[in-house]
Amino acid sequence: MKKNKKIHLALFTTTLYISALTIGGGYVIVPLLRKKIVEELKWISEEEMLDMIAIAQSSPGAIAVNASLIIGYRMAGISGAFVTLLGTVLPPFTILAFVSLFYTAFRDNRIVGALLKGMQAGVAAVIADVVITMAGGIIKDRELSSALIMIGAFLAAFFLKINIVLVILACAAIGLVLYMIRKNKEGRN
Amino acid sequence: MIYLQLFWSFFQIGLFSIGGGYAALPLIQNQVVDIHHWLNIGEFTDLITISQMTPGPIATNSSTFVGMRIAGFWGAVVSTAGNVLPSCIIVLLLAFLYSKYNKLAAVNSVLAALRPASVALIASAGVSILLNTFFGEGAIKLINLNWIACGLFAVCMCLLRTVKPNPIYVILGSGIAGMLLYLL
Repeated sequence: MKKNKKIHLALFTTTLYISALTIGGGYVIVPLLRKKIVEELKWISEEEMLDMIAIAQSSPGAIAVNASLIIGYRMAGISGAFVTLLGTVLPPFTILAFVSLFYTAFRDNRIVGALLKGMQAGVAAVIADVVITMAGGIIKDRELSSALIMIGAFLAAFFLKINIVLVILACAAIGLVLYMIRKNKEGRN
Repeated sequence: MIYLQLFWSFFQIGLFSIGGGYAALPLIQNQVVDIHHWLNIGEFTDLITISQMTPGPIATNSSTFVGMRIAGFWGAVVSTAGNVLPSCIIVLLLAFLYSKYNKLAAVNSVLAALRPASVALIASAGVSILLNTFFGEGAIKLINLNWIACGLFAVCMCLLRTVKPNPIYVILGSGIAGMLLYLL
C-alpha cells in the first residue's frame, strides 16, 4: 500500500511538472514524457512507449492528455490514469482560469489591445504554416483518395458550412469503405 | 442547464478532434463561435493566442477559458471534464484492446482517411481567422482591409517558411511590432 501511494505521487508530480513547463501542446509534451519515463525513471521500455504514443495519437482528444492517461493506466491501473490526468490538466486549468478573469480588463487596455491585435496576425501565420506543411505531406503521398477527401472536406466545411462532426463521420465512413474494397481485391487475387 | 450545454459541447470537441495538435481548432470554433456564440471570432483568436503562450493543449485551455467566462469556476470544471471524458473512455479501451489484438487494420484505414479531413478542417478554421485578422468584423472589401495586419502576416509567413523559428517567438514579435504600429 505504501509503495502504491509512492508511485501515485511520482506519477502526479511527473505529469504536473512536465505539463506546467511545456508551452505549445502535444507535440512538445510527448518527447518530454518519453525522456522522463523511459530514460530517467526507466518505468517503461522504449518499444512499449512507442506503442503507447501510437494509441495516444490515434485516439480522439489532446495527445498530451491521452499519453499521460495511458502511462498512468499502465503503471497503476485506473487510479493511476486518474492521477496523471489530474497532473496534466491542473496547470493549464489554473492558468487559464486566472487569464479568463482578467481577459476583459486586459483587452480593453489600449496597449494590451494593440499587442493582442498584432499577435493575431502572428497566430494566423502560424496556423497557415501548419496547414501548408500538413497539406504538403498529404499531397506528397500521391494518394488520390486522400487528396479528394482533403478538397471535399474543405469545400463542405468552409463553403457549404456543413456541420464538422458530420464531415468527420463521413470521412471515417469513406475510410472504412476503402478498407473493405481493398480487402475484397486482396481476397480475389 | 448551461452546465449541461458546456459539458455536451466540450464532450463533442473531445470526441471528434482526432490527430492532436490543431485538430481541435475547427471543432472549438464550430461549437463555441458558430453554434453557441459564447465567443466572437476575435475573442476566439485571442484565446488561441493565449493558448500558444501558456502550457497545455488548446482544447484544455479553451474549455477552462470558455467555461469560466460563461458559468464561472464550476463552468470551467464541467467543460474540462466533458472535454477529457472521451479520451478517458477511448484511450483506456484501446489500451485494453491493443494488448489483446495488437494491430487493427480497419482502424488504421479509418485514420488514414481522417488525416486529410483533419487538415482540411484546420484550413477552414484558419481561413476564418485569417479573414477576421485582415478585415475585422466588417465585410470583405478592400476598404476594410487592415494593411498593418497584412504586412505582419506576410513577414511572419516568410520567417516561418524560411528560418523556421519557434512559433512562440513569431507570435510575440508580431505582437510587439503590431503594438508599435497600431499605437503610433
